[in-house]
Amino acid sequence: MIEINKLNKKFGNNHIIKDVSLKVNKGDKVVIIGPSGSGKSTLLRCMNLLEVPDSGSIIFEGQDITSKECNINKVRQRMGMVFQHFNLFPHLTVMENITLAPVKLNILTKEEAEKNALKLLDRIGLYDKRNEYPAKLSGGQKQRIAIVRSLAMKPAIMLFDEPTSALDPEMIGEVLNLMKELADEGMTMVVVTHEMGFAKSVANKVLFMDEGQIIEENNPLSFFSNPVHERAKEFLSKILYSV
Amino acid sequence: MNLNSVYEQLLINFNKTFVQEARYKLFLTGIKNTIIIAFFATVIGIVIGLFVAVIRYSAKTNKKLFVFDKICSLYVAVIRGTPVVVQLLIMYYTIFSNMDNSVFIAIITFGINSGAYVAEIARAGIESIDKGQMEAGLSLGLNRNKTMFLIILPQAIKNILPALGNEFIALLKETSVVGFVPVIDLTNAGNIVRSRTFDPFFSLYAVAVGYLVMVLGLGAVQKKLERRLSQSDRN
Repeated sequence: MIEINKLNKKFGNNHIIKDVSLKVNKGDKVVIIGPSGSGKSTLLRCMNLLEVPDSGSIIFEGQDITSKECNINKVRQRMGMVFQHFNLFPHLTVMENITLAPVKLNILTKEEAEKNALKLLDRIGLYDKRNEYPAKLSGGQKQRIAIVRSLAMKPAIMLFDEPTSALDPEMIGEVLNLMKELADEGMTMVVVTHEMGFAKSVANKVLFMDEGQIIEENNPLSFFSNPVHERAKEFLSKILYSV
Repeated sequence: MNLNSVYEQLLINFNKTFVQEARYKLFLTGIKNTIIIAFFATVIGIVIGLFVAVIRYSAKTNKKLFVFDKICSLYVAVIRGTPVVVQLLIMYYTIFSNMDNSVFIAIITFGINSGAYVAEIARAGIESIDKGQMEAGLSLGLNRNKTMFLIILPQAIKNILPALGNEFIALLKETSVVGFVPVIDLTNAGNIVRSRTFDPFFSLYAVAVGYLVMVLGLGAVQKKLERRLSQSDRN
């Protein structure tokens, strides 16, 4: 579904992504972990061109999205993205947040979009909040609404950029549960996260990044029980100190 | 002079200033012209200001706008660097020297003038919006323009409303120099009346009260708008 070849990204003299290649198949749940500054968020943001890579190619559904001929706006309609800080639109109600893109892009009529939004809200138990503004919601509610806002575009793949890092501990569960549900329904997902429990139970592939490179790639069982690379071992021993 | 004759004199002057030769009509004409000039200049100022601000903001990520960005910053520099009276005279005597619709010339002048100030206010407003908002819009498949108009600008305008209100109050009062070209605005109406009655008291106070009432009205409109737009802040 997504194939990344020899991707490079620099910020000034800072080489963030070094020759990274990676393949995500339909239905994959890829979790990217690694220390801060290792380039995992940047890699994810390159996948929908929020960051423009300096070299390399990203093939999504058969077309190279880094090429000039590619209409990136069309591509992004097929790729949902969820951010660490939710990025709901504070001046719009929950309903308007969810229906804005499908309606303004003429994909659905207003009525269809609202019907769809209500279905999505009902599913995550936030039907009652449909006419509230984001300021009234908790972090967990905001993030779940951000997720269904992306789902309203019926994306082929969902990108998650540390979706639980800005949440109170008590709210992490509700967001991860929704993500797990999506995974169980077969959504293709790429998730940057520090939630090892989620990685273990949901991922079918774990990538470990350090200093701009993917230095280990494995299924979660092998990765967590038997990391090969020294840096990965060190990382896991630090964050899983109680395990 | 006893109190009675002071009172009488006041009555005579009041009569001269407002009633004789139906001079109150001159004040009304003045108020009408001041409002017309200030209102349309405000509209032009908002349009130009937002346009310039969006161009200058977009130029940061889009190299193709480099030339437009330079033109916009030149515009802001020139307009903010020269007095509005000089701009008005230049418009009247050179650029529109063949036109005798002075109100129109005044509207254009004050509109262009206000645009430069609104541009700076709006640019600050746009930059105050978290860049995550643009990214969220883009990631949903909206293009940059749609995201700007649907997501960034509505929030930016809400944030800059107090500063914009200030700007338009200043603009309204600044139109009092429009008498440098033949337009009967409120100030000029007062001047004309005073030159006929030789009584400065009523004409000047009438002018001052006229501006005060208009500014208070503007303030009320601003408050109402702010309240409506702050709906989404309540939690």
